[in-house]
Amino acid sequence: MSAATQPTALAHPPVPVLRITPPTRWWVVSFAELWDFRELVYFFVWRDVKIRYKQTAIGAAWAVLQPFLMMLIFSLFFGKLGNLGSDGLPYPIFYYSALLPWMYFASALQNSTNTIVENQRLITKVYFPRLALPLSSVLSGLVDFGVSFLMFVVLMIYYRTHPSPALVWFPAFLLLAVLLALGVGLWLSAMNAIYRDVRYVLPFLVQFWLFASPVVYPSSRVPAKWRWLYGLNPMAGVIEGFRWSLTGRGNPPGHLLFISASMVVIVLLSGVAYFQKMETTIADVA
Amino acid sequence: MTETVIHVEGLGKRYRVGERERYFALRDVITRAVRAPFQRNGARRPVDYLWALRDISLDVKQGEVVGLIGRNGAGKTTLLKLLSRITRPTTGFAEIHGRVGSLLEVGTGFHPELTGRENIYLSGAILGMRKREIERKKDAIVAFAEVERFLDTPLKHYSTGMQMRLAFAVAAHLEPEILLVDEVLAVGDIEFQKKCLGKMQDISKSGRTIVLVSHQMNQIRRLCERVIWVDAGQLCKDGDAEMVISAYEQSSMSAGSRGSIAPASREGVVFIGWEVEEPRGGGEHAVASGHERVSIKIRLLTDQTIRHGRVATLIYDARGFLLAGWSFDELRLEPGEHEISLSFSSLPLRPGAYSLYFSIHDDHQHNNNWTLVPALVIEGEPVTHFMDEWAGVLNIPCLLASKKVESNARSLT
Repeated sequence: MSAATQPTALAHPPVPVLRITPPTRWWVVSFAELWDFRELVYFFVWRDVKIRYKQTAIGAAWAVLQPFLMMLIFSLFFGKLGNLGSDGLPYPIFYYSALLPWMYFASALQNSTNTIVENQRLITKVYFPRLALPLSSVLSGLVDFGVSFLMFVVLMIYYRTHPSPALVWFPAFLLLAVLLALGVGLWLSAMNAIYRDVRYVLPFLVQFWLFASPVVYPSSRVPAKWRWLYGLNPMAGVIEGFRWSLTGRGNPPGHLLFISASMVVIVLLSGVAYFQKMETTIADVA
Repeated sequence: MTETVIHVEGLGKRYRVGERERYFALRDVITRAVRAPFQRNGARRPVDYLWALRDISLDVKQGEVVGLIGRNGAGKTTLLKLLSRITRPTTGFAEIHGRVGSLLEVGTGFHPELTGRENIYLSGAILGMRKREIERKKDAIVAFAEVERFLDTPLKHYSTGMQMRLAFAVAAHLEPEILLVDEVLAVGDIEFQKKCLGKMQDISKSGRTIVLVSHQMNQIRRLCERVIWVDAGQLCKDGDAEMVISAYEQSSMSAGSRGSIAPASREGVVFIGWEVEEPRGGGEHAVASGHERVSIKIRLLTDQTIRHGRVATLIYDARGFLLAGWSFDELRLEPGEHEISLSFSSLPLRPGAYSLYFSIHDDHQHNNNWTLVPALVIEGEPVTHFMDEWAGVLNIPCLLASKKVESNARSLT
């Protein structure tokens, strides 16, 4: 073989060729393209964070105040009066450790549901991978999460609760929470773009989901034979995981977690597929 | 280099008319689903389709500046939206070689709560710029927009003009290989429009490809060598700018005797129509001869009282060169319909089509400006040089005479 068989070098770098065709393969997600637009995702997150607490008197303190007040209410009504149990943890720690992922999840759903509608003008005037919108609204909630997490650290110190080696699992549970929020957020944002009913359904959905998750009660209160069914709610595994990894109390949520994690994967993949399918028509409908 | 950078083949976009409604409710879907088992075939309501674009094929070469013209709703914007991937085609395909920047609206992605500086980053990123790229061009953008002093002021405190300037400045510094522009050059005051136009010319000189939608034939004439006329979703004419534009103007002249217009804004003062009073040639917009007094009448509708109106009228030739301009102060108009007469002692211009531009300002409060469409046509006989290239624009009669002069002093030898 000689060098002659090798392709000749191009005179100038090849220009990327873009082919615009009718939508066909909607299930193919261009992750490469999304990566290409990573700076845009960053700017969307930055914008969301910047304007979230503009014109509020106490600003980002809301990120702490909201879960803190919820924690007080839960401690009083569900803990002291309802006596729902806390697996031996102080009530504030018990509730706050669950409210951390829960508040993050609930606000991520809220933001991603509205993101397509709120950015309608943008969508009809400029191209970018539409996936960037729900993705950034899910990511921007992490800033609030970080702020409210500091409050948790304060509570831990106050109640002299020490973190255990289980803490190394915490990032995994956080990731699971983010992926679940993204999966559900993709479904809701795409549906809301077409059926505006979604935003009226959302508050009920969030309430219902709260009570279907081990936020105000420990999952040990769920009868053992129904535990697998309970695990189908992916937030159950996430919240139990948060509590276990942050406080080290109780058992690792093995079985429950496995079912929850599988559910997260299913929700996420179906969410991406549904969103991609709607994406091709969003600019025409919105 | 004359490589094809945009290749379009059989491109079509069909909208379902039902889908174009703002949104539809879950209720409808549920009712449909409930009814479905009982109404199998044929019982469905027929779906209305609308072809916004149909069977468009064209090629654009590198460095070309192509103007897209046509009436409102002809499909110009849809074509740009397809090329910029905002919406997907129903049929056909397009191939784009190079980075595309689209400018379909001035101020895309601006947020009123953020400062000017922050909005430069946000809008730049949305239009497709990298963070480093924005940082590099930030100073140029700020200088172009003339907003240095207000860089850290939230955008909501900017005047509309300042917002427009900043928005255009960001977009003008996009520097993609292919730029798609939709009717955004009609923003701001005349000074800023000139600046924008100059920027566009710079962009085209640097070898970039531009596809430009405009209703302002002057801009198209100045910027484009090639024009594509889209009508009712189909390609009507494609070719040399002047040829296509005059064909388009002829058609709009015959289509509606009242001038249709592209106002910069739809508030304050609205242009209704215009006509030649005297000497009327063949048609309402034609002057029989430019050698005598020419008067034209412009009809306007205003919903506000104009107290200190400043009126300007400019006349451009077919290539977009400004030939003359006049301005008048202290015009007072009550709300209602008005006729404004302009009387020229003569308009000694070569026969042909000319663009008349008309603007009205009131203390910079409400202003509006139009290029009067259809164009002004001057009839008569050309009296200047018989070769076009030496004839010029003016059509001033000139007589030649000679006589023998007695002289003994001079001789050629």
